Amino acid sequence: MPTDTALPEPFARLQRGLVATLVIIGAAIIGVPLLLTLYLSVFDESIIVFPPHGYTLHWYGRILPEFGGALRTSLETALAAVAISLLAGVPAGIGLARHRFRGRGTAAMLLLAPLTVPGIAIGLGIYVFAVMIEERTGTALSGSVGLMVAAHVLITLPWVVRLCLAALANHDPAAEEAAASLGAPPWRVIWRVTLPAMRGGIIAGALFAFIVSFENLEMTLFLTAPGVTTLPISVLQYLQYHIDPLVAAVAVVQVALVGGALLLLDRLVPVARVAA
Amino acid sequence: MSRLVLDRLGRMYGRAAAVADVSLEIDDGELLVLLGPSGCGKTTTLRMVAGFVAASSGDIRLDGSSILALPPYRRDMGLVFQSYALFPHLSVARNVAFGLEMRGMRGPALAARVAEMLRLARLEPFAERLPRQLSGGQQQRVALARALAIRPRVLLLDEPLSNLDAALRGEVGRDIRLLQRESGLTTIMVTHDQDEAMAMADRLVVMRDGRVQQVGTQQDLYERPATPFVAGFIGRSTMLPGTRAEGGVFIADGAALRLAGRYGGNGAGTLALRPERLSLAAADAAGPGSVAGSVELASYLGAVREHVVRIGPTLRIVVRDSTAQGGGLLSAGTRVTVRWDQGAERLFDAADAPQPSLNPEPTDPRMTADD
Repeated sequence: MPTDTALPEPFARLQRGLVATLVIIGAAIIGVPLLLTLYLSVFDESIIVFPPHGYTLHWYGRILPEFGGALRTSLETALAAVAISLLAGVPAGIGLARHRFRGRGTAAMLLLAPLTVPGIAIGLGIYVFAVMIEERTGTALSGSVGLMVAAHVLITLPWVVRLCLAALANHDPAAEEAAASLGAPPWRVIWRVTLPAMRGGIIAGALFAFIVSFENLEMTLFLTAPGVTTLPISVLQYLQYHIDPLVAAVAVVQVALVGGALLLLDRLVPVARVAA
Repeated sequence: MSRLVLDRLGRMYGRAAAVADVSLEIDDGELLVLLGPSGCGKTTTLRMVAGFVAASSGDIRLDGSSILALPPYRRDMGLVFQSYALFPHLSVARNVAFGLEMRGMRGPALAARVAEMLRLARLEPFAERLPRQLSGGQQQRVALARALAIRPRVLLLDEPLSNLDAALRGEVGRDIRLLQRESGLTTIMVTHDQDEAMAMADRLVVMRDGRVQQVGTQQDLYERPATPFVAGFIGRSTMLPGTRAEGGVFIADGAALRLAGRYGGNGAGTLALRPERLSLAAADAAGPGSVAGSVELASYLGAVREHVVRIGPTLRIVVRDSTAQGGGLLSAGTRVTVRWDQGAERLFDAADAPQPSLNPEPTDPRMTADD
């Protein structure tokens, strides 16, 4: 850190102190609600009162009976959305990064645009669109798993495309030409050179896509139906009638799942580099 | 084995010609260097041979048959890039094995060929390393070994030394030259660096604006440049635009230069003078091959000293001579005569065509120093 050596000693100490204070404040803003949630989730109370009479882990046991179906829908939706996003997004990323064609700018914009539209607007739009189709064709669309997955692909695909583009931006296209000159036909160039070079971007894209889908609330609000409800929606509905430590326990599990995914991601690929 | 012919090759981008009417013949085992400033079409020409750029006109023939219709992966060309272009996720040995695997080679035969290439490129200790763990020079040797492993019919080198620092440039350049000679490979190399080109080439092609300016050996280009551009680009001549007058005098910016050779005709033209073939003499030492001027700037560069001599209101000549004779630097303002013999000058007419001297051409210009 050149600034450390450039500043006179008292200022340098002041600067280090300021940085440390800011780091502590930041960590507290993130950490305190998490710790409170964790604390609440072990209260042995049916409504949240302070101080609690005792502590228990039995709320965690009630997660699956209460939210099992929603958790399953969430996981299935997220996994399907990730799979479809990879199948469409990886080739799209290669095409956008490696080829110049008419309509390339428009295609790139359309693929990345959902990132900039509020989830509420997307959800409402899809819902209205689905109802219009239903009225004209008579097929049940709204409230179906298919529509839910399609909507989630809309918000997960941009992440896959974007991270694939970032991975290829750091990759020298000459390596692909070298492979071709060495006798590799185009599909083998992609399989042996391009895809391995994108590995980090693909993994990061898949995990980001999973998290975005798994946590989505605003858009999904418009797409649920009895039996087709994701975990965040289910928690929201539960909160309307109960305020008990069960919700805190669910939140802890959800944070653990997403946090685990992020940790895994960070081990496999330095996120900061890929997402930059 | 492999004789490559480019026949009136051209490439248009829209209405602009990146390469126009390039015809070259590269003999078996020859290393031909395409030399020119950026944008001269040398890289586009190379990429047409490799198959990455489609030709707009003309033909490329390898041993008599056209390869234009073949995709890059069927052309059997070994390519080496400025950026090395190694596969970052594969070890050095796997990089070298890549082309062989694409040809279906497996098992002991594959291992033996890879080992042989690693040995030739002095890369044996690094076989299991990843490219990013190697220095630039080592990476370029991996790229070379990878390209040569497939026994290509033609080797294509695209600025192979430009990313290396000066010390490594010579070393890797020698490696390339030795391996290329040993395997007798027909080779095209592209570079913008004339020293590199001179050191590597059997023959050189100077290109400008998509066209071939001159094809020849180092000596051809240096002694007998075909255009003012070649004269300025190879060896960096001082170029003087002016007019030829009677009595073997060339008038440039009011200064009268007495030519060393005798030429027919008059009119506008360009005179090219080689700084390293000029010498400084006393102010009254006139004669054929001389011009009077005054020293403006003098620098001592170690092996040579350099004087910038002003001969007209805006015209300057650079004189570079060896410091071996122990000559010191002349101070600014000293009146001098710049002297030269026929081998130092090259005269072009208004259409940039070189003018032959009517004097018998000396076999070695340096033998005629006191003509």
